[in-house]
Amino acid sequence: MIVTILYYLLVAFVAFLVIRNLLKSREWQEEALYVVFLIPLLLRLLRLK
Amino acid sequence: MTRKFVIIVLGAALAVFAGLDFYRSRHLREPVVAGPGVARVKTLGDYFSKVKGTVNDCNVYILEGAQPGGAVLVLGGTHPEEPATRLVSWILAENGILEQGRLFVVCSANRSASTVTRPSGAYPDSFSIPTTWGGQTFRMGDRWSNPLDQWPDPEVYIHYPTGQNLAYMDGRNLNRTWPGRPGGTLTEKTTHAFMELIRTEKIDFVIDLHEAELQYPVISTIVAHPKGQDLAAMASMVLSGEEFKIGVESSPEALRGLSHREIGDHSDAFTLLFEAPEPFLDATRGRTDAKLLLEGKDDFVVRAGKRGLLFETIDKNGWPIDVRVGRHTSTILTVLDLWTLDHPDRGVILKNVPRYAEVIEKGTGAFLKDPASAESKTIHYE
Repeated sequence: MIVTILYYLLVAFVAFLVIRNLLKSREWQEEALYVVFLIPLLLRLLRLK
Repeated sequence: MTRKFVIIVLGAALAVFAGLDFYRSRHLREPVVAGPGVARVKTLGDYFSKVKGTVNDCNVYILEGAQPGGAVLVLGGTHPEEPATRLVSWILAENGILEQGRLFVVCSANRSASTVTRPSGAYPDSFSIPTTWGGQTFRMGDRWSNPLDQWPDPEVYIHYPTGQNLAYMDGRNLNRTWPGRPGGTLTEKTTHAFMELIRTEKIDFVIDLHEAELQYPVISTIVAHPKGQDLAAMASMVLSGEEFKIGVESSPEALRGLSHREIGDHSDAFTLLFEAPEPFLDATRGRTDAKLLLEGKDDFVVRAGKRGLLFETIDKNGWPIDVRVGRHTSTILTVLDLWTLDHPDRGVILKNVPRYAEVIEKGTGAFLKDPASAESKTIHYE
């Protein structure tokens, strides 16, 4: 259970970093990459099985 | 900012469609029309309460003969990415009629593993078997329990009770976690529940159905626990003389957690594990799609064969699903015949199940029943 909580905290932290980079980015290619990278993180956070 | 907004909306749309696709794949319902031979249907949780209501609380179809005899358990879907194994169990549950003894049939031994595909494997999420009534669709599945159901993996998987160190992901492999343990992981609880079934129902032997890549040496064979070696050797001789070539191998003592070793060591029963060739699993395969899964034809695997890298032959005809299903049905029928001949009081006589030649002639779909024209009380979902 503790590992699971830590896992979700880690996923949330990485998702936060990706979103921050997405907002800072000036290149559309990078923005698209950040959005695609964000998808599995969000699916995990939303616990979509 | 507008550009960012458009990219985020496109990304969100992608996430929604991907999520829906994963959800549909995980929850695809697979009907089994219990045939006239099925006396009752239990679930694995009836034998071990900690599995009740979990994703691995699979159905157990119990076929009973009028004449008392022995008891045999057939496991399909230990590794769901080996689809012939599940299709054979479907054929048994939907068509089999017993004259003597009891036959326990499981179509989704590791149901959790049937709800996921190999990460980065580019597997199809499902496949369909053509039938005269429009076809039946099955979940593709993987070799290991779904990480959504059992997580996290350890650095090294330590087998219980021997303490042997195995690869980390094999903690989710139903054929590395026998005999299981009541307080273990989901996969260990599942094998423990099967051990309880074996002990409670006084199972004489277990048939564990598998398929293997052609680059793996244990292929087209029966792997037997020492208690079942005579039966396996006889079946190998009869089948190789009359229908197709099949070998026999002894279960190694040094490799733990496998059904053919642990069931025999921890119960009165023993296991025979059948392997049929499945080119879809080969590392050197080409495009990994449902066509390859069902037709078993692959130019790259053929090329590997020409360079002497395979343990089974393959040509342009490949290893179609009907051939693989037929090998398993004939091997089951032969093993049961030989067992009954040797143990008339513990015999198990199974009828109405097609042999190798009939499956190839008519196709696997000819033996799948249409749920739309079946009575609702006979329909069970895997």
